Formats: sequence, structure tokens, C-alpha cells
Amino acid sequence: MHRRGAARAGEGRAHVVLSRVAKGFGFDAAREEVVADLDFEIPPGQLTALVGPSGCGKTTIANLVAGYETPDQGEIRLDGAPIRAAGSERMLVFQESALFPWLTTYRNLTFGPLLRRTKPVAEIHAEAKRLLQLVGLSAFADKYPAQLSGGMQRRAELARAMMMEPRLMIMDEPFRGLDAMTRELMQLSFLRLFDTFRRTNLFITSEIEEAILLADRLVLLSNRPARVRAVISIELPRPREIGMLSSRQAFDYKRQALEILHDEALRGFVRGGDV
Amino acid sequence: MRAFATAAEMFPRRSGTGGAVRRIVAASTEIRVRRGVAALSLFLLFWYVAVSLKGWLGIDVPWVGRLPSPGSVFAAWLGLIGDPGYWQSAYLSFMRVMIGFLAAMLVGIPVGLAAAINRYFYDVFYPSFEILRPIPPLAWVPLSLIFWPTQEMSIASVTFLGAFYTIVINVISGARSIDVRLIRAAQSMGATRWHLFWKVVLPATLPSIVTGAAVGMGITWEVVVAAEMISTGGHAGGGGLGFFIWNSYVGGSLQQIVVGMISIGIAGYVSSALIRLLGHALMPWLRLR
Repeated sequence: MHRRGAARAGEGRAHVVLSRVAKGFGFDAAREEVVADLDFEIPPGQLTALVGPSGCGKTTIANLVAGYETPDQGEIRLDGAPIRAAGSERMLVFQESALFPWLTTYRNLTFGPLLRRTKPVAEIHAEAKRLLQLVGLSAFADKYPAQLSGGMQRRAELARAMMMEPRLMIMDEPFRGLDAMTRELMQLSFLRLFDTFRRTNLFITSEIEEAILLADRLVLLSNRPARVRAVISIELPRPREIGMLSSRQAFDYKRQALEILHDEALRGFVRGGDV
Repeated sequence: MRAFATAAEMFPRRSGTGGAVRRIVAASTEIRVRRGVAALSLFLLFWYVAVSLKGWLGIDVPWVGRLPSPGSVFAAWLGLIGDPGYWQSAYLSFMRVMIGFLAAMLVGIPVGLAAAINRYFYDVFYPSFEILRPIPPLAWVPLSLIFWPTQEMSIASVTFLGAFYTIVINVISGARSIDVRLIRAAQSMGATRWHLFWKVVLPATLPSIVTGAAVGMGITWEVVVAAEMISTGGHAGGGGLGFFIWNSYVGGSLQQIVVGMISIGIAGYVSSALIRLLGHALMPWLRLR
């Protein structure tokens, strides 16, 4: 029998440390360093938001932590063990939908667990139904991804990742491209999910307000090659609400972060980089 | 990959208002069927007028005016309906198309998939494939007549080639254009190479396989008819609609030539439609987009 309680308390909370990570693409003259000398920590059970100018290498960092890419230098350790390949203890939720178009929402959720069968099939189905309900997609269990709206697809993908009971969730701008209203609803529903499971989360975004609303810590990145410019602890109480964004505290965080990012954006602009 | 837009596609996702949308879709399907019927009728009318103008006004319409009239073609077809030779020809061509086509699917799909996912196989296979591919299947007719013991086998092998290249090319390009995120997502969820192949690569390539099949089917009809014309017909290993047309030409029956042509057109249309239907049944997620 699977120890669900234990899974939630301890196993779902990986501690990830990136030390002196560097990654570049191409060779010789075409060589471009995307990430250089990157040091930061993703504390267990916390949501760490990675914020940086667009094109600064955030997605590369996500791919490195997910294990889809390997660092050229330095290393990434998850609870002390170096990350070398993709693994089911780390789930990445992609920028655009990576749901299997040929599977219904429900079958997308059960895909991973049914491959590995690490727990009884009946339990997998029960979990799928529970998660679908949690993200408000019970009525869409038998629809194909193409029949879902953008927001629904992201929620389905979130639920699919949760099905794997990962110790680390990596979310690469998961709400990008949604309209403002849907985005706000998604943020709230995601906060509820996060508070329920408290899985260690690396949340990548280019929206400062989103980062402040969701995160325990902001890691602000420089222009390419990405380095850590500053780390800001967000002390807003949980559970979070949208209203908190208009508090004095949130405003200070925002100003602080904006100053640093604005500085970076300007520098990138002067250099002719992708801002 | 669908060859035509479904009626449902013209309307937004999620038929929220249920009945109303469905009624509109049904009505639009009906309109589209009527359009098709109207276009065919117009075509027949144009044919009839073009042929009859000489008799009516003494105007000789170039090219089209030399055709037999639709009525006489229809009469010729009525005369052939009771003729077992005509049906035998259609049956022979159909069987050759099916044998060549199915063999091409059976060989082409695994070969295409293997070339798409295995670099070594691709490197070895692709150069020869690309050199052989531009050779028209009909250029193989003389060699295949020498090579195969029966004429039937020669024709089938040429038909096979017609569909084979198209299917392989479609499968390779389909399997290679799979979104890397789907592969990565599956890997993260613990998929082995075996899982990746059966549960991601194959379903993701299915639309390309069906496209390749539909196009390949059209080519097999083109090839089979030409091969039948070239090969000597009449006795065992001959015949078929291609030979039927050639024979009608030799016999000087213009009406029968046109009957043979239209028969091929209809047979090709029906075969492609069957593949499309099969594709829809296999890929419900594409229909609903």
C-alpha cells in the first residue's frame, strides 16, 4: 500500500541546489553562453520564482533542472544526488500544452502512472478523478486536448504532472498567453493546489506580480548569460489572495524587483540584446 | 492532415448551445452535398452542350466536341453492366491496386518508422532510397516483366512501388516532426524506448501515415492502369481497366474508352474515401478539433 500521507509530508519536497552551473550552445564563433556561473537554491516545500528578462535563459534553466539538458560546468543536486537525466521525481509543465493530442484528458492523466504501475491501478484511477475534480475538469475527462480552452489545457497539464507525485515541480511560464482574467483564475487555482500538496516548486515567469503573488522567494536573473542578480524573500502570509498584491509590502517587493530588472533590461538594450 | 475541413471546424469549439450548433452543422453538410451534386450536373450539362453544338448550330467546339455525348456513354455503360468482362476488368484492377497498396503499407510503414528513429538505418537506407525514388514506377515495367515469373506479379510489384515511396516519405517526415515536448513529457513520466515508440511516436505519426496512404492509393490507380496498358492483356495475367480502355481504343469504341475512364475515377474516389473514413475512425481527436 502506498503511503500517501508520508508522500505528502516528506517525499514531495525535494531540496535542489544549483552550483556554478554553466550552459552554452553552438561551437566556436557561433557559441553562445546561455547560463553562466549560476548559483541558487530551491528550498524544500517552497515555491521559488525565477524572474528575468525575456530570452535570458530561463527555459534553459528549466530544461537543466528537468534533466533534458546537462550542464557544461557545475552541477545540480536534488537532495544531494546529481541530476543527470529526466526523471519522474521532477515534472516539468511546459510553456505550451504538451498534452498528448490523441488521448482524452483522463487518459493523459493516467498515462504516466499506468506506464510504471508503481501503485494499484484502482488507486491510479481514484487519484486521476480526484485531481480532475481539484482542477475543475471532471466534466471534461473524456474530451481531447483540442476540445479544451487554453486555460483548461494548462490545468489538465498541471494535474497530469501532479499524478506523478513529483518531489519537484518545474513550471515554465505555465500561464503565458492566457488572457488576464483566465490568468488570475489559474493563479488562484494553482495557489490552492500548491497549498494542498506543498511540493517544492520552481516557477519560471517574466511577470513580477505573478511571481510575488505565488512565491516564497524570487530569484532575479540577469540578461544572457543568466546569473543571479538578487534573491528576495516574499513574506506575504499564506493562503495568498489577489488583494495582497495591492498591499504596501507587495508594492515594496515589486519596486525592489523592478529596479533590478529595469537596470538589466536597459543594459541588454544598450548591448543590443534581446529584451 | 485531413483532405477537407469538416463542417464542425467552421464553428467554434465546444458546441455549447448543443442542438442549435448541431442543426447548423447538419444543414451545412446538406448544403455542401447539394453543391457537389450541382457542380456535377453542371459538368454533365457543359459536356452535353459542347458535344451537341455541332448538330445544333454547326459550331465545332475544339477537343471537347470530339467526345461521345454523355447519353451515348451512359448507354454504353448500361450495355456493359451485364457484361462479365467489364466487371472482371474492374475486379482485376481493384485486386492489383489492393495487393500493391497493402504490400506498400506493410513494408513502407515499418521502414519509414525505422528510418525516422534509427540514425544508422537512415544513413544506410536513405541514399539508395533517394536515388530510386525519382524513377517512375512505370520505368520498372520492362525489368519487372523480366524479373517476375508471372505478369500478375510484375503488375503488382510496379503498383507496390507507386505507393511505397509516398508512404515512406510521409512516415519519415511525420515521425520526425513530432513535438519534442511530447517526447520529453513521456520520458519524464518514465517512458522507456519501447513505450515511446508505441505510445508516442506511432500515434503522433498516424496522421502522416493516413495522408501517405490516401496519396499512395491515388498513385496506385494511376500506375496500375498504365501497367495494364503496357502489358499484354486478354489472357491470364492481363486484363484490368487499363487493358479495357486500350482494347476499346483498338476496337474504336470511344464510348467504352470514356466508360473505362469514369470507372477508374469512381474507383479511385471510393478507395480514397474509404481511407479517409478509416483515418477518421482511427483518429477521433482530429475530427473534433
